[in-house]
Amino acid sequence: MQLKKHNTMKRVKRLNTREAKKIGPALAAATCGVLGIASTPALAQGEPGTWDFDVANLYYAESDSRVTAVEPVFSATRYFSDDRQLNLKAVFDTLTGASPNGATPSDQVQTFTRTSGGQTYDVEANDAPLYDGFRDTRVALSASWLAPLNREWEYTASVYGSSEFDYTSIGTGGTIKRYLNNKNTALNTGLFVSFDTVNPPNGTPPPLAEMARIARNDSDDSKTIIDALFGVTQVINRQTIMQLNYSLSQSSGYLNDAYQLLSVIDLNPGLNYGGNFQVGGNNVYLYEARPDSRMKHSIYWQTKYALENGDVIDGSYRFMLDDWGINSHTFDFRYRWDLGGSYIEPHFRYYMQSKADFYQRYIGSDEYSAGNLTEATADYRLGDMDALTVGMKFGWKLKNNKEINTRIEYYLQRNTGDNGVGLLRAQDLYPDNRAIIFQVGYSF
Amino acid sequence: MKTIPVFVMALLISACSDLGVKPWDRDILAREEMQLNHDPIEASLDDHIYFSKEASSGGRGFGGGGCGCN
Repeated sequence: MQLKKHNTMKRVKRLNTREAKKIGPALAAATCGVLGIASTPALAQGEPGTWDFDVANLYYAESDSRVTAVEPVFSATRYFSDDRQLNLKAVFDTLTGASPNGATPSDQVQTFTRTSGGQTYDVEANDAPLYDGFRDTRVALSASWLAPLNREWEYTASVYGSSEFDYTSIGTGGTIKRYLNNKNTALNTGLFVSFDTVNPPNGTPPPLAEMARIARNDSDDSKTIIDALFGVTQVINRQTIMQLNYSLSQSSGYLNDAYQLLSVIDLNPGLNYGGNFQVGGNNVYLYEARPDSRMKHSIYWQTKYALENGDVIDGSYRFMLDDWGINSHTFDFRYRWDLGGSYIEPHFRYYMQSKADFYQRYIGSDEYSAGNLTEATADYRLGDMDALTVGMKFGWKLKNNKEINTRIEYYLQRNTGDNGVGLLRAQDLYPDNRAIIFQVGYSF
Repeated sequence: MKTIPVFVMALLISACSDLGVKPWDRDILAREEMQLNHDPIEASLDDHIYFSKEASSGGRGFGGGGCGCN
């Protein structure tokens, strides 16, 4: 009897040692974001000296011949002694298709100047103006090092670099984490700084410059982004873990989209009321002008709950507000249905945002003539919007911790706003954007 | 004024000290699917899509630059 008890105690101790290695990541506040840098891999399951690999390919396709993206990702994690680990990641991103250029549709054919070489492209009457020269390849590389300082402190250090034909970015940062209450609580803080350079063909257009008579500055423009994050992760009980983050992001420098235009709409009484305003027989389009700084604040809350039957509920909410007048709410819900050797995970996401203070679907001819406009954008991504994602993920567990998974999702964006005047009222100023997201991944 | 965040943090930490589990009760929390960011590849691809298409980013992690898509 005594021997049996002793053996049971030894088994529990072994289990605890093994699982203690895993609980660290459970408490880790992830710091991936757009930069794709994970402060901690999904699971510290590796023995020292071993590697884990994750490969995935994303296919993203919008309807109406808009953007198509193919994005393969390769991630490798090397485990060292004392729970230290190194993650290396490469992302290759190929974009093709057409993207809204910001101008309003018209009952006349519209001619736009390309950003490169002064060539032009036409948009048929009543069609949404899309910039069809959208073609880009992006390569992003990152490395992240995670190591404990002692039983209660842990840090990560990350570097990032990416390059595309008109944009480069380099960044570095780190996080530090303090475990408390028997590792049931973790406090996490981090800082990441990015230095980005914008270099479209022929340079960036001056703010509110007219498209036809543009004098580009033939030089690069840059922006700096500083991100800070403060988070608390808390084990609630044996089945529940919760995370609360506050983050702020300060961007400064050139924050325009160098390809975005605004139409100037004729508000003078007459037959062309609500049509394109013309000077010298040509429609007038202006390049957008955003402020040169932006401060964003986000609160992010996430909870995971394991049901008795092995299923997992994952819910999160994010509130964001910034000094451009935008605020947004994001709700995300996943239910992981455990099927033993495989799983199915339905996913639902709802997003809504209010417009930026300087967003306007077009510029009136009176505003244009007055000449006192300083900031304006018609970029639909800064307008009143809501978006819905519904999807399903399937995963198959293989031997030796390998996994194949795939997901398919449908994404719908809907914009609303001022419907214009006169001739413009007959046009669809806020077409929906629909996309399919398809991903295949393999972990080994 | 500066004492308020410190006070709130202290309150949170002391409230949290009553929560949690003993080390030998971590079996469920240790499961891969119970990690808060259990699929960082998928999360980073999603963050990239939504960063390109919406005005918000970050929250779960750093939401900074790194892409000319917005």
